[in-house]
Amino acid sequence: MYEFIDSLLAFLPEPPRSTVVTLVTIALQIVPLVVVLILCVAFLTYIERKVIGYMQNRIGPNRVGPGGWLQPFADTIKMIVKEVVVPANADRFLFLAAPLLSIVPALAAWAVIPLFPGFAIAEIDAALLYVLALTSLSVYGVILAGWASNSKYAFLGAMRSAAQMVAYEIAMGFALVGVLMAGGSLNLGEIVARQAGGVLSWFWLPLFPLFLVYFISGVAETNRAPFDVAEGESEIVAGFHVEYSGVTFAIFFLAEYANMILIATLTAVMFFGGWESFLAGPAFAVLDGTVLEFLRWPSLGWLALKMAFFVFCFLWFRATFPRYRYDQIMRLGWKVFIPVTLVWILVEGAMVVARIGPWSA
Amino acid sequence: MITMIIFGFLATVLVGAGIGVITARNPVYSAIFLVLAFVTSAVLWLLLEAEFLAIVLVLVYVGAVMVLFLFVVMMLDVNIAAAREGFTRYAPIGAIVAGIVVFELLAVIWAKQSGLPVTAPLVTNPAGHSNTREIGLALYGDYVFEFELAAFILLLAIVVAIMLTLRSRPGLRTQDVAAQVKVRREDRVRLVKVPAETEP
Repeated sequence: MYEFIDSLLAFLPEPPRSTVVTLVTIALQIVPLVVVLILCVAFLTYIERKVIGYMQNRIGPNRVGPGGWLQPFADTIKMIVKEVVVPANADRFLFLAAPLLSIVPALAAWAVIPLFPGFAIAEIDAALLYVLALTSLSVYGVILAGWASNSKYAFLGAMRSAAQMVAYEIAMGFALVGVLMAGGSLNLGEIVARQAGGVLSWFWLPLFPLFLVYFISGVAETNRAPFDVAEGESEIVAGFHVEYSGVTFAIFFLAEYANMILIATLTAVMFFGGWESFLAGPAFAVLDGTVLEFLRWPSLGWLALKMAFFVFCFLWFRATFPRYRYDQIMRLGWKVFIPVTLVWILVEGAMVVARIGPWSA
Repeated sequence: MITMIIFGFLATVLVGAGIGVITARNPVYSAIFLVLAFVTSAVLWLLLEAEFLAIVLVLVYVGAVMVLFLFVVMMLDVNIAAAREGFTRYAPIGAIVAGIVVFELLAVIWAKQSGLPVTAPLVTNPAGHSNTREIGLALYGDYVFEFELAAFILLLAIVVAIMLTLRSRPGLRTQDVAAQVKVRREDRVRLVKVPAETEP
């Protein structure tokens, strides 16, 4: 891609050319990713309502467009034309900056996600840490929104969310330590490459407790049901975004769903082999040489499929579980997940020494 | 060239954020300026090819420490007038500290120009170089005992901090979680079969 842009811009003189070409290449990689991501978010809101609708024996949205699938666009247009109301005693600057602080980390984390073999927008060495750092930044949007709104409900939501995120981030970080030990690298691309060779060599098997802890902590980090006490409509109206309307509310919504997709993708990348195929193992070697051989190749499609499954799990949880009580959330985070991850890191250390599982080679 | 432009921009933002921390009237804004300062210095470290340290700075200070700071600052109802009253009393100490900092900065600049070995230019590493691996090897190889000692002291500090705040007063009603989890349906509800009433 770099060479192609270079040949297009051949008329530029050399001092700025290589810089310009690099910047244009990066921009041309970012724009399609963000557009696809936002479309995914738009349709995720529709799919969420449909899936939960069917789970509750309803039909869900079915008025706008065939089967209701134009609903996200109707919602978007409605959100954009609505007025943004800033409460009289709110801190105007932070009130308007908070939605941006929540959307930026949700999108920026995608820079290091390995989408297909050999491709990530930014191939950085400490990608795992980068992802952890950015997911921990998303809490600022929530706390500042709660504080700047100058409303007691919003403030309560912000406080709950801050305590919850700090608690679950630790468990999440420990789960990632396990992934790091198994992958032998902080680079997400290398972690996926280490999982090559079929379903049984993916990390979910040796790291099963860490996978559970990571995914559940991910649900808690994104403030989704059953951990959505930051919103808690039945107690504190809509929590941290109770004062938001129009586009500012839409951005919070976008960030929440983008974070869901991000956590689902990260779970797929770190525990379920990322772009690796389900049929890659030697058991399916019969497919080699047939028309179906392409099913054994790693591709973006497999990553998308795994991501879709985990996103579906988010919706499934929401339709299934009642909301946790606040002290139970804290207990689960501090007293259950953190000890589980610590114990499993020890077990993993023993497995490394004894050369069992992915460390046998 | 482009590195110098980026550095100049980031350095300006960093100094601006630092000034913002001490001049902002609202403590929440001070904390946010501090967050900005941390993030900017992390990006400055990226320019020095220290990506591991840069990301850890964001992760630890911005992601955890400052969240707790904000948490506390937002809960406090700070009386700004009372905080200002002590200004003249504390001004001399502040001036002394500021003087020492300025002296140290000048000393660094002097050391740069004196031709001491610290002035060696930054080593640029080839593309495949892993900064993270180097730090790991140093921490767990060359300095493993010092590192473990630091970890032990930190653990001790955590335990002590918890012990200091751990108070139990008599008559406290707490929930026995194990008993709650162990509860079965039969313990709480009873299914009763009531015969339908019939007309006498």
